[in-house]
Amino acid sequence: MRDYETVIGLEVHVELATKTKIFCGCSTKFGVKPNVNTCPVCTGMPGALPVLNKQVVDYAIAVGLATNCDITRDCKFDRKNYFYPDNPQNYQISQLYLPICRNGHVEIETKDGKKDVRIHEIHMEEDAGKLVHDEWEDTSNVDFNRSGVPLIEIVSEPDMRSAEEVIAYLDKLRMTIAYLGASDCKLQEGSMRADVNLSVREKGSDKFGTRTEMKNLNSFKAIARAIEGERARQIDLIEEGKEVVQETRHWDDVKESSYAMRSKEDAKDYRYFPDPDLATIHISEEWIENIRANQPEMAPEKKKRYMEEFGLPEYDADILTLEKKMADMFEATTAICNKPKKVSNWLMVETMRLLKEQSMDAADIRFSPENLAKLIELADKGTINSSVAKEVFEVMFNDNIDPEAYVEEKGLATVSDTGELDAIIKKVIEENPKSVEDYKAGKKKAIGFLVGQTMKATQGKAAPNVVNQILTKYLDEA
Amino acid sequence: MSKINELSATKVSELIKNHEITVEEAVLDSYSAIDAKDKEINAFVHMEKEKALEEAKSIQEKIDKGEITSPLAGVPIAVKDNMCIVNEPATCCSNILKGYKSTYTATAVDKVKDSGMVVVGKTNMDEFAMGSTTETSCFGPCKNPVNTDRVPGGSSGGSCAAVAAGEVKLALGSDTGGSIRQPSGYCGVVGIKPTYGTVSRSGLIAYGSSLDQIGPIANDVTDCVKLLEVISGKDNKDSTSILRQDYDFSKYLTEDVKGLKIGIPADYLSEGLDKDVYDKVMEVKDILTDKGAVVEEFNLGLSEYIIPAYYIIACAEASSNLERFDGVKYGYRTPDYEELHEMYKKSRSEGFGSEVKRRIMLGSFVLSSGYYDAYYIKALKTKALLKKAYDDAFSKYDCILSPVAPTTAPEIGKSLQDPLKMYLSDIYTVSVNLCYLPGICVPAGLASDNMPVGVQFIGNTFREDNIIKAAYALEKARKGE
Repeated sequence: MRDYETVIGLEVHVELATKTKIFCGCSTKFGVKPNVNTCPVCTGMPGALPVLNKQVVDYAIAVGLATNCDITRDCKFDRKNYFYPDNPQNYQISQLYLPICRNGHVEIETKDGKKDVRIHEIHMEEDAGKLVHDEWEDTSNVDFNRSGVPLIEIVSEPDMRSAEEVIAYLDKLRMTIAYLGASDCKLQEGSMRADVNLSVREKGSDKFGTRTEMKNLNSFKAIARAIEGERARQIDLIEEGKEVVQETRHWDDVKESSYAMRSKEDAKDYRYFPDPDLATIHISEEWIENIRANQPEMAPEKKKRYMEEFGLPEYDADILTLEKKMADMFEATTAICNKPKKVSNWLMVETMRLLKEQSMDAADIRFSPENLAKLIELADKGTINSSVAKEVFEVMFNDNIDPEAYVEEKGLATVSDTGELDAIIKKVIEENPKSVEDYKAGKKKAIGFLVGQTMKATQGKAAPNVVNQILTKYLDEA
Repeated sequence: MSKINELSATKVSELIKNHEITVEEAVLDSYSAIDAKDKEINAFVHMEKEKALEEAKSIQEKIDKGEITSPLAGVPIAVKDNMCIVNEPATCCSNILKGYKSTYTATAVDKVKDSGMVVVGKTNMDEFAMGSTTETSCFGPCKNPVNTDRVPGGSSGGSCAAVAAGEVKLALGSDTGGSIRQPSGYCGVVGIKPTYGTVSRSGLIAYGSSLDQIGPIANDVTDCVKLLEVISGKDNKDSTSILRQDYDFSKYLTEDVKGLKIGIPADYLSEGLDKDVYDKVMEVKDILTDKGAVVEEFNLGLSEYIIPAYYIIACAEASSNLERFDGVKYGYRTPDYEELHEMYKKSRSEGFGSEVKRRIMLGSFVLSSGYYDAYYIKALKTKALLKKAYDDAFSKYDCILSPVAPTTAPEIGKSLQDPLKMYLSDIYTVSVNLCYLPGICVPAGLASDNMPVGVQFIGNTFREDNIIKAAYALEKARKGE
């Protein structure tokens, strides 16, 4: 078989984190009853007019600046005309001719090294409603709560060559946009959606093959599988001497295969034209500079600062800055307790472990920096020992409890009354003459068993280092 | 109550404030005129008399308490059926919107109500404001009160006919390519199409969004200007509405036109213009010259491109604006369909009339890929050239005088047979909309067929002052005042 190269470009839709919709004052909140967050504008009532939410433009500019785009100074909205019941006006307000951002790039890193992925454009648009099919009644209903929720679509150039690069690119976008606070970028919940344009060509060829567009990709894993699947499908066609047809395909992640969408769903003449209801947006130098000045610190700068300011190892700084929420937790907790390395350890080890176990994102962290700081203090002062601390942390991770109150309530504090501890240790020495002898005979390791017995007797509440000290004292005296 | 008949709206409001008549009496007077005449004229398509009488009472109270002081407070008004009033029908006189009730009120109507006017009903119009005769209405044609064999013009034919018939003294119309000015001319009343962005379009069911403006219709220039003042203003529900420096249009109600430079486009006086109409324009020229204005002819140019450019832009926007009428959410849905696409096709085929369908097809065509540049973009370029031609004209003239229509009102049933000829008759009015300009139509007397002839004054953007002055001076002179 010939050697093939995969050529991939991405169209990424990101739902912006505005409080209200793009063209009306309705809330963008989810999880409410159908058609609660609606008004004449987002339900396409006769005579209702769109009015642009400026926050959407602010976010789009912020994302554009963070991805090295040129900002279009006079940008406009266009109407994309197509009939579908989830689209109340039967046109979507989007941008075709003068999108807000153009000619950007982001740097990605894979095992093969660093490379730039170019961004063709970023444009603003409105989301559609949702069709709910009632099989029982044999009817379909429309929920317009999502209609008019602001989106940006980030269109890359066909610069990616593998699933690994695609994932790296998506991860980079996700991290950048989350850092900006412009979206929470959750693939599973649909606040970030990616369509994959893919073609194959013989290695060394400078001509692109015919591409297909893959839709319905709800996770990084699905994206990787769809890329592998589509690459193989196209190569098979070519090897069999058949042609790849330019079409939109729907990925079925359960079957791990795709099918071509009906041409009706894929009709291409959208009769785009400038929306006469919305004026041209003039974006001044001042507007852009204002957003640039207020751009938050991004991951690379944060990483550098964590190493310099807090003396963290590069490994820690890397992991902590991967997710905005993690970095925020680190900074907030460190600001309270001023113990950066300890905070870093709790976040990198226990927090990451529990997030993974419970398949959660860092964005889902519920415990507060205040409570983490308290826990660190408790462990540091020896009020609780490290294994108790881990137990308390897990409870705090799940329910954001106050560790101080919890330790008090559950009686988890270390046994620090040396009188009580003395008595217990003496008893342990008496009951374990064999180990005492071994110790005296030079087998210093034997003390470990005695510490263990003491811990058991105190139900784990003694501080192991204190136990060790007292034991050594008695053993050496005796 | 007959004493109300001859009075202007401003005068009626004065009598109400002086407790000589009540708001209820004014409203009942309007309804009795409607009862007497509207069977024949068919200006009104929807009325809620009880609601109007309720409103009359509450407005009376507010006037008595001094809470409402507008110069038009208490006066009955008619509203074109393409403007929304909450819980009332707004059909655009189309079967596709039969049964639909608005969920909110248009900003212009809100302003009218806040100023103490009482809406007595919704008026007849060409379906979706597409037409020049008010014959394409699903409620049947409206007739010209001056001669009921003639059309009232359109598309705001119902509003103009209602005012001309004395059913109301005030009405709101909308003007996309002459839809206020042309029927005002045919019916012998005064109508203003303001500078684009002066009146909010929120709640006006769109035809051509970049061209549509709501405007006032009345028997005289004063009432018309007072109503314009009420409905004007920047609205945060309409991104194309504009905050103007000054909304006090009344101060231009002065007949002092000494030195006012008025141009008449010679291109508008040639081909296709009726001799009677030409004579009236010349009469107006003489009247204003006598009053000290400087009136001369000039060449505007581009006249053969105006109609194509207008119909391409208006139909392109309309084809998209009317997509929302699909049988899914409100209005008419075909009773018999198998699946979604059939439901769309049949609902729209059965719900829209033929003129609307013609314009949707035309608009969809000029926006389709492969034709977009050849038609739509070219039309936009023509519009830019036309704007430039007007800019040049306004560097020389304070305002422009022209006919509003080439003829007097045609007979009912004659126009729709030849749609292209009907489109061409919009030649004097559409460029005002393409270039965002204000225009006012004022009566200039009767033609030899005893039908009214209107003339039009066109101003530069935001220069309503000059056209109000010219119109007011002409009105005064014609009344011999």
